[in-house]
Amino acid sequence: MTANGWLQITFFLVLIFAVTKPMGVFMAHVFSRERTFMDPVLRPMERLLYHITGVDENHEMRWTEYAVSMLLFSVVSMLLLYLIERLQGFLPFNPQQLGAVSPPHLAFNTAASFTTNTNWQNYSGEATMSYFTQMAGLAYHNFVSAAVGIALAIAFIRGIARRQMETIGNFWVDLVRSCLWVLLPFCIVGALLLVSQGVVQNLRPYDKAALVEPFQVQKVGPDGKPMVGPDGKPVMDTVAEQTIAQGPVASQEIIKEFGTNGGGFFNANSAHPFENPTPFSNLIELFSIFTIGAGLTYTLGRMTGSERHGWAVWAAMAILFLAGVTAAYWAEAHGNPLLPGVDQRAGALQPGGNMEGKEVRLGIANSSLFATVTTDASCGAINGWHDSYTPLGGMVPLVNIMLSEVIFGGVGAGMYGILIYVVLAVFIAGLMVGRTPEYLGKKIEAYDVKMAMLVALVFPLVILIFTGISVVKGFGTSSISNPGPHGLTQILYAFTSQAGNNGSAFGGLTGNTPWYNTSGGITMLVGRFFMIIPMLGIAGNLARKKYVPPSLGTFPVTTPLFTVLLMGVILIVGALTFFPALSLGPILEHLLMSAGKVF
Amino acid sequence: MKKNVVTAVLMTLVTTVLLGIIYPLVVTGIARVLFPHKADGQLIVVNGKVLGSRLIGQAFSGPGYFHSRPSAAGNGYDASNSNGSQLGPTNRQLIDRVKGDVATLQAENPNVPVPIDLVTASASGLDPHITPAAAAFQLPRVAKVRGTNEGDLRSLVAKHTEGRQFGFLGESRVNVLELNLELDEKFPAQRHARAE
Repeated sequence: MTANGWLQITFFLVLIFAVTKPMGVFMAHVFSRERTFMDPVLRPMERLLYHITGVDENHEMRWTEYAVSMLLFSVVSMLLLYLIERLQGFLPFNPQQLGAVSPPHLAFNTAASFTTNTNWQNYSGEATMSYFTQMAGLAYHNFVSAAVGIALAIAFIRGIARRQMETIGNFWVDLVRSCLWVLLPFCIVGALLLVSQGVVQNLRPYDKAALVEPFQVQKVGPDGKPMVGPDGKPVMDTVAEQTIAQGPVASQEIIKEFGTNGGGFFNANSAHPFENPTPFSNLIELFSIFTIGAGLTYTLGRMTGSERHGWAVWAAMAILFLAGVTAAYWAEAHGNPLLPGVDQRAGALQPGGNMEGKEVRLGIANSSLFATVTTDASCGAINGWHDSYTPLGGMVPLVNIMLSEVIFGGVGAGMYGILIYVVLAVFIAGLMVGRTPEYLGKKIEAYDVKMAMLVALVFPLVILIFTGISVVKGFGTSSISNPGPHGLTQILYAFTSQAGNNGSAFGGLTGNTPWYNTSGGITMLVGRFFMIIPMLGIAGNLARKKYVPPSLGTFPVTTPLFTVLLMGVILIVGALTFFPALSLGPILEHLLMSAGKVF
Repeated sequence: MKKNVVTAVLMTLVTTVLLGIIYPLVVTGIARVLFPHKADGQLIVVNGKVLGSRLIGQAFSGPGYFHSRPSAAGNGYDASNSNGSQLGPTNRQLIDRVKGDVATLQAENPNVPVPIDLVTASASGLDPHITPAAAAFQLPRVAKVRGTNEGDLRSLVAKHTEGRQFGFLGESRVNVLELNLELDEKFPAQRHARAE
């Protein structure tokens, strides 16, 4: 670990601290329908949208109608994405003349993946998706799945803030305002900033470059095996050309991070020099991932009249973030003890550390930071392959997702995720002092806790069941690429990432099989919608309750004690559920690696 | 319910046009005006021929060139197939690959530990950079093959070394393709070396 590495990490956290309040105030204005400086431009667009789509912006919805509208929108837009994928051969902006995304279970998996804000990718972008599919299918879902997340978080916050009311807002209005006010303006500016760093943005066919030094490779026959001539010698082929994939990348790159989606335009995601060419572009991307999640903590405080509560939640997130990044950075900077004859020490001329699957311009500090941030939030973009991280370095992103991605969190999803933990925290505090728990003036009762537990239980259930099936069945284990305990981690990571709607992967696992496409698609849909519905149920129930003024016996949710309790609940619920699985995967691998064992 | 179904369909279509088509095309248009070279991938064009992109690495194996990092993208630096090795830290394939590369490299520079980036595959498989340490490690070999003195070569490497951005972001790095192109221009002994 270097002083400069820590400077970069600290600088990043300071930036996030600085953006929290302005972003939070802005979102509070947008969703309380107060005036903002963008209204002169956006208000007419908003009205036009409602006019076309038949939305009555003054209509208020009960939680059930809110949930049904959200589900309808998700189903319709998921179907459209599936159709675009299958029909891309007939659609415009396809200079590489790529055919339909196939087989159909891959198209289904991808449609589920982008609708649920997961962006799990069992395909390679530059080899599979036309520019039209990337823009109108995938990047589009990056916008709306993020907007749905924000809408849901706001609906939950309204549930806490409102008193004796049956409604929690209008889904369509929240959706449209998220897109127009929060996402679109930031993305236009951010995309251009990224282009200024070298992220490409064009619609041209892939370029052909004449290699400076052509090289020979063994030819691959039609059976997929290296070809051997009749004389027993390998048949060689000269590679003299480099095909350089292009595309409208910047416009997708920015919403990929800002909406915590994470689906790379290219296979290598944010490690690809066209997606993330400079350390500054890397900082823009990191900043974009946390901005909305951090801002929503302030929005929570603002809309519920307790800004200090927002900061208490923020503090819990920041501490867990620092714990994660410290562990990951430490593990990666230590490098791999199994490699003799190499220099892994940090010095003036190199960052050292475990550089397998990492980029030189980013080095160890920025890669560890990115891996932590992308899984604290439910982003899932990567700038280095988690599969090649050291066992403990790779365990940090895995644990982050297992904690339900509530450390700043996915846009919206992180907020309603942590509010579930808050409900549990005040419930446990209530049990300890023997009083009916209260949260910001609302009594937390049996229904709320039952729903919160449902959310807390569905998540590990779906992960552990599918992981269990995969490790005992041939159709599961045949996809493993790294033997030993690492193989278990690959599968565990896959289902954890999909259930948590993260989308990052231990990329060696062959995901494009009927089993993983189907089980993964189901996992993502369950991980998204089975969380949302109980959560909206709590919101609707809270909105209906009357306000109870705080008394001496009320557990305050604005103090460091609350921050500690909240972190404790997150760690206990998350970590204890998964500790057995973790000890058989990354922890065992770490011990064996230290003992010099190779698989 | 029925009204919301109609709204869901219309909302999907209208927002697809706005966010999925108009937005990226507008960004493409503005980018083309403000940063035309960058928006197109910073291609290096010499005499009308595209030789590569300054952001995309290429494989080099001749002793007169600085070598890039190992690549797992297709057959190596395949910019339509970006990927890393995906090898885990305890995978024998990784350990054996690194050991083999270390043996080759130490033959030219005995007993000097090899900078880690020179024997590890990058995440994209297209990493255009090596660390200054990896450049320094290869410098004696290149100088010998090109018949130039190490001091001249060192200043050429320094010219293609980018420091941390704004003084503190990221890591120092050497652009391999640009460095090698200028090597061919300034010290063109390389043609013979390759024929050996």
